[in-house]
Amino acid sequence: MAIALKLPYLATAAISGLLFGAGLYVSQMVDPLKVLRFLDFGAIPSGGWDPSLAFVIVPAIVVMFIAVRIAKGRKAPLFDASFHEPEYTKIDRPLVIGAALFGIGWGMSGICPGPAISLIAFLPNNLWIYLVALFIGSWLGSVVIPSGRNRRLEAAAAE
Amino acid sequence: MDSFTPLTALIGGGLIGLASAILWLGNGRIAGISGIFGQLLPPAQTVVWRVVFLVALVLGTLAASYLIPGLGVGGPAGKPAVLVSAPAWTAIPTPIWIAAAGLLTGIGTKIGNGCTSGHGVCGLARLSKRSMVAVMIFFGVAIITVAVTRIV
Repeated sequence: MAIALKLPYLATAAISGLLFGAGLYVSQMVDPLKVLRFLDFGAIPSGGWDPSLAFVIVPAIVVMFIAVRIAKGRKAPLFDASFHEPEYTKIDRPLVIGAALFGIGWGMSGICPGPAISLIAFLPNNLWIYLVALFIGSWLGSVVIPSGRNRRLEAAAAE
Repeated sequence: MDSFTPLTALIGGGLIGLASAILWLGNGRIAGISGIFGQLLPPAQTVVWRVVFLVALVLGTLAASYLIPGLGVGGPAGKPAVLVSAPAWTAIPTPIWIAAAGLLTGIGTKIGNGCTSGHGVCGLARLSKRSMVAVMIFFGVAIITVAVTRIV
């Protein structure tokens, strides 16, 4: 049986997903208005700014940083043959343009892909419109720019 | 600043970090939601764990809203979760506004290879230069977008 279908591998994905979803609820990052109140730097002088998002992302980075350090001392993760480390390291135009387009979408809505999917738990109005558009956009992006590790590395080698 | 919630932010952030750590140390995978979601289409060979992760993501949010009810939005005791309405001055219908936001986020995270979780949490923790650039750009552009649209 392929490693990706073994129980410990899938159980790890499930536990990670459960904790991630719980974290989004507890941190209230599932609330688009709360995210927008962070992004609203114009409210800093009046005291209406909500810095909570920074207090979410920093501990998340710290915990993950420790995990990355632990992983450095290991040849492989527990349930797969190797770490799927992104190998593409060039700062290129697709990265810059992509991040900018995402920034516009995020600022327009206060939702990024994680909260958008976890909001299926609460089904706010128009959520399906967002999710279908997210999926179509993701597909369009993969048509425009080579997607996936192998194709990305090939494109880089061809330049 | 009555909306500032540092304690639940720290705990929730710690849970998100733990989730990312478990997926990395267990399966060697980056917990980047746009990547996990965006690679559901064929010819993905790894579609099963992605579906498992995303279903668990929704169930984790739902379960937490019952275990710790009344934190912010959602669940049996929270305020209803709502998406934004298009700013009135734009005269754009809200469903179109939401669709545009989803489309831009889908295209952007695909060609930019990541979102707040993949670049913001995992990438910065891996000290990836690509992620540092991406995070500065999408936070900067999002802050400008909120200022320009006056959506808050």
